[in-house]
Amino acid sequence: MSKSRTPARRRRIMAIDVAGPTLVFVAFLGFWYWLSYYGMAERRRFLVPPFHEVIQDGYLDWKNFSVMLEALWLTTQVALWGLGIAIGLGMTCAILMSQARWIERSVWPYAVALQSIPILALVPLLGILFNYSFNARVIVCIIMAIFPIINNTLFGIQSVEAGHHDLFTLHHTSRLTRLRKLQLPAASPVIFAGFRISAGLSVIGAIVGDFFFRKGDKGIGILLDQYAARTTTIPRLYAATILAGALGYLVFSLFGLLTRVVIGKWHEAADVPG
Amino acid sequence: MMTGGTDPVNRSALEFDRVSMVFPDGTEATLDVSFSVRPGEFVTIVGPSGCGKSTLLRIASGLLEPTGGSVEVDRQRLGYVFQDATLLPWRTVQGNVELLAELQGYTKVERQALAMAAINLVGLQGFENHYPKMLSGGMKMRVSLARTLTLRPPVFLFDEPFGAVDEITRMSLNEETQEIFKNEGFAGLFITHSIGEAVFMSTRILVMSARPGRLVAEIDVPFDYPRKPDLRFDSRFAELSGTVSAALREAHT
Repeated sequence: MSKSRTPARRRRIMAIDVAGPTLVFVAFLGFWYWLSYYGMAERRRFLVPPFHEVIQDGYLDWKNFSVMLEALWLTTQVALWGLGIAIGLGMTCAILMSQARWIERSVWPYAVALQSIPILALVPLLGILFNYSFNARVIVCIIMAIFPIINNTLFGIQSVEAGHHDLFTLHHTSRLTRLRKLQLPAASPVIFAGFRISAGLSVIGAIVGDFFFRKGDKGIGILLDQYAARTTTIPRLYAATILAGALGYLVFSLFGLLTRVVIGKWHEAADVPG
Repeated sequence: MMTGGTDPVNRSALEFDRVSMVFPDGTEATLDVSFSVRPGEFVTIVGPSGCGKSTLLRIASGLLEPTGGSVEVDRQRLGYVFQDATLLPWRTVQGNVELLAELQGYTKVERQALAMAAINLVGLQGFENHYPKMLSGGMKMRVSLARTLTLRPPVFLFDEPFGAVDEITRMSLNEETQEIFKNEGFAGLFITHSIGEAVFMSTRILVMSARPGRLVAEIDVPFDYPRKPDLRFDSRFAELSGTVSAALREAHT
């Protein structure tokens, strides 16, 4: 089925895409101001500074904003390194697992275990082992992000249609050719779905690792921790939180865009919202 | 090396010798099936659903090892058109048609030439850059046919390829297939449960019984090629269809 949208329908979707989120934002802002001025008990109102104060203190004051941007840049680097390594390592694992049943059986329980251990339980250990370094933070990200990569790559490779396999078998295709020309392309929509999930998780991993290490170079997580400690920095706490969210959203969207570019031409469901 | 008839001119391209297949779960698919297909013959096997017709093709191609008997055929150059088009959705029509030549190690230039010729044969010029999701069922089947044609196989296996397309498309695909058969002169083995399709395309029809599938009748189809669409309304066509139908009914009871 082809998804040829008429121009009119395309325009309507564009309008909804802008108007819908804007409406939600306005409603959210209204609720925020209501909380700041009326909703909270008077002695607790400092906990929810009005939106414009957050903007002024957090983003328009260059002294504060530059500190945040620097921290955000560090966190971004951590998240991207973690994600990149998780993708490389996870896909390698999954491909090896798809090639031999015994590898799959041997590795799978640990992949699940890694996924099941709460990351907070590992953070102190990784902190002391790797001296709260950049690498320690990257490792937290890898642990957070690797499971969807392994899971989706393996599932995608194993879901190739039997008829396609027959076609390649008839022509005495080598394992490598089958992998390159059949299994990986067939799995790519599922693999990209894994990338999108992992991208979000990696950003969370970078912030969580940073937040709980409380040591080493300042990422956005350490800033959040510090801003939460004093009443005067509460507007900045909000500003930094919004930045952290924006980073996660940006990384997720980038992978949505990448998905559309790579498989959008042929895959039915590649119309993912980004 | 192929064996077959003693006469070298008449030696068969594909020979089934008492082929039986019992699946591990105990299902008896086929029993003692023997027949041969010579170059320039288009043999069709008709039989009720689940009688093991497709199993025979899987055995012929080597995808399945029979539990009894043997098949003689040159597997290096075997054309196999599946029940589904089995196109790779991430490849364009051109890319899909080039696939088999690519797997066989032809160069890019050779592949493109082979694909172009095959695409012309099935009348898909102008659709080279379309992705499968934009094609109708009949067009997908044409791409599948073209993909197999690129290698010019001397033996062609068809596993009910037109079962899923509408009647009108099926008829025109039948006409095109017998046209290609006439020009290429391969040894064809076609599986179907449509009597009209069988009579229209074949030189010979084999009737198979319900499971476990055995060959119960052999009917020659004497019409010359190329066959014109209105052959379907010829009285001899109706008569022959009646014969096949009767044999099928008999096999079923």
